[in-house]
Amino acid sequence: MMVFAALRLGNGDGMNQGDQKTGAFEYLTTRKDELIGWARKFSIFPYPFVTACCAMEFMSVSSTLYDTDRFGAALPRFSPRQSDLLMVVGTITHKQAPILKKVYEQMCEPKWVMAFGVCATSGGFYQNYAALQGIDKIIPVDVYIPGCPPRPESVIDGIMQLQDRIAGSKHPIINETF
Amino acid sequence: MTEHAEENLRNPVRPAFDTPCTEDGVIVNIGPSHPATHGTLQIIAELSGEKVVRADVHCGYLHRGFEKECETHTWHTLIPYVDRLNYCSALINDFAYCDAVETLMGVEITPRTRYLRTLLSEYSRIADHMTCIAASVMELGAMTAFLYLMTIRDWIYEHLADLTGARVTHSYGRIGGLAHDLPEGWLDRLAQILDEYEEYVGRIHGLMDRNRIFIDRTRDVGVISTEDAIHWGFTGPMLRSTGAARDLRRDTPYLAYSELDFEVPVGINGDNYDRYYVRMREMDESVHMIRQLMQLLPEGPINVDDRRCAFPEKPLVYTEIESLINHFKLVIDGPQVPAGEIYLAHEAANGELGFYLVSDGTGTPHKVHVRAPSFVHMGGLHKLLEGYQLADVVSTFGTVNMIGGECDR
Amino acid sequence: MNQELLERVRTRLVSEGREPEFAHGLLALSLPRPALLDTVRLLKGEFGFDLFLDVTAVDWPGRDPRFDVVFHFYSTRDHVRVRLKTAVPENDPVVDSLVPLFGSAAFMERECHDMYGIEFRGNADLRPILLYEGFQGHPLRKDYPKEREQPLVRYRK
Repeated sequence: MMVFAALRLGNGDGMNQGDQKTGAFEYLTTRKDELIGWARKFSIFPYPFVTACCAMEFMSVSSTLYDTDRFGAALPRFSPRQSDLLMVVGTITHKQAPILKKVYEQMCEPKWVMAFGVCATSGGFYQNYAALQGIDKIIPVDVYIPGCPPRPESVIDGIMQLQDRIAGSKHPIINETF
Repeated sequence: MTEHAEENLRNPVRPAFDTPCTEDGVIVNIGPSHPATHGTLQIIAELSGEKVVRADVHCGYLHRGFEKECETHTWHTLIPYVDRLNYCSALINDFAYCDAVETLMGVEITPRTRYLRTLLSEYSRIADHMTCIAASVMELGAMTAFLYLMTIRDWIYEHLADLTGARVTHSYGRIGGLAHDLPEGWLDRLAQILDEYEEYVGRIHGLMDRNRIFIDRTRDVGVISTEDAIHWGFTGPMLRSTGAARDLRRDTPYLAYSELDFEVPVGINGDNYDRYYVRMREMDESVHMIRQLMQLLPEGPINVDDRRCAFPEKPLVYTEIESLINHFKLVIDGPQVPAGEIYLAHEAANGELGFYLVSDGTGTPHKVHVRAPSFVHMGGLHKLLEGYQLADVVSTFGTVNMIGGECDR
Repeated sequence: MNQELLERVRTRLVSEGREPEFAHGLLALSLPRPALLDTVRLLKGEFGFDLFLDVTAVDWPGRDPRFDVVFHFYSTRDHVRVRLKTAVPENDPVVDSLVPLFGSAAFMERECHDMYGIEFRGNADLRPILLYEGFQGHPLRKDYPKEREQPLVRYRK
């Protein structure tokens, strides 16, 4: 903690300075980010926003043969307040879109969104008045899993890519102004 | 959030009631995104304490415009859309649709296809009932039963993927036959899976049938009489659980069902336990039928030799001009179905799945309408919910097996 | 399938001046609008067609009357089906509702109204069921373009 107190010099966020003191700060924050990233990526609480046929593959991927529990991502939390990964599984129609937006907005940071299946990614082959042509029209998406429905291996690949993203991102719990 | 956004986050369809009718009534929204409702359905319930006094069922959250899509596709290219109606048992939808088009065209399928379609329909029915039972008992807390059933269902999916190329939405039926014939060793693996099925389902019976908690939660809950069931349009396991032995496979036989020996299981009370048990027994009957069909399966071609709907062989397409033109016409324009209309129904896993097709003589349908059993069941769902407790909504809804793709089309 | 029942129904309908015909295993009949409810009562009461299967409409844009409203019934005792069809014009798309006779008619009539705009006289609850409030137009009519979306939530940039 003395190190932090000594380093509360400099301006801005202290991350991009050239001198040695803030270099040490950067090293510590990087390690902190890696630690938190590691913890977060292996304890994902999905909110399965399940609508259509992809639900079959979601059930398969959560079960014993292809297990998401080994990634720490099996325990669903059905309250948006308690979950951090919004898995949009299946087609979202225009009637359902307000509900999706509401659930997304109720989730707390940090949160990620996974578009599971082509219907969530881009509307699938329902190019008509009823289906929302991709959920990224209303909420930001982190990982897209194509497939109609995607094989469980694709889903696991998607989860692993999301884990890489979580591990590699910055987690600003403590910053200069804390 | 701007005002525009606020306004649109209101309920898409106004509820049937918004003030309670009893003194201590509270109106509760069991919303479209709910852990215990499998699929998107909204129930607006008025509760007096724990008891549901009135229920207003809102479906339509998965309306994907199936009928409108069908009007811009050819009779062949809309088969994947048909698959995604009841996605738990996709093959039954395929075959019911293909049967309707074939009857309208006057095409008679080959004997091998007839038996294969029957076998695959029953196989799909097993997968569907497994999904329904697994999901509904999981909601009551029985995770073990869910995982057992998912294991065997996954084997069925992999096995069907060996045959059709896809695990869930197969698109295997074609007008005039099937996409291709069985691969080598498929029937041996089928026999293995049926043996494993016996073992796993035996475990489920052991866990659930006499389980005091399960019986307490499902016996005498969601009761409906046969007369009420017919008044509200119920068919399939929902009607059979009330005691009426109505099954299209027995009453109006189609495909190869007239040659098979099977029973139609019925319930006693019309409650949730009966619906669960009717589905378990129907799975056993399906296995019995599949075993008979494996013996009866004849050799022969899969696709009928009718140039109006079946593609010519590839070597011919590349060498003969007539076959090339035939292939081209079938792909671009679609099979020309004579003008007319037909209503044809098969016994799907949920009940009577009817296709009402209207053709104007071209390769694109004028109208394709699906009589979806789940949609009609939703019309009568409030009868099953009213008078019971809030927690029974979960139990009843699970056994009703509402499949969103079929209900909302 | 009990063809005998269909024969009796056919004889009775012919005696009332109608022209039913057999089509692909069921008895199909076209009716004028005012005769609909009575014929359905006859089928339900006297001939035992107790399961109401479906109501839908077919849009023939060049023709007047434009819509054909089609009903299907099934007899659970005799295992046969009947189709009734009645034509309604575009400027007056009203048909009698079957809700007093069959409970399952409620949802199906709502769907038909949603998709085609057919009014069912006697059904007090014609709220949208597959679509949502604020949706302009009736999508299954041939003049509604397939891709015209009416989003409820504003899109992100």
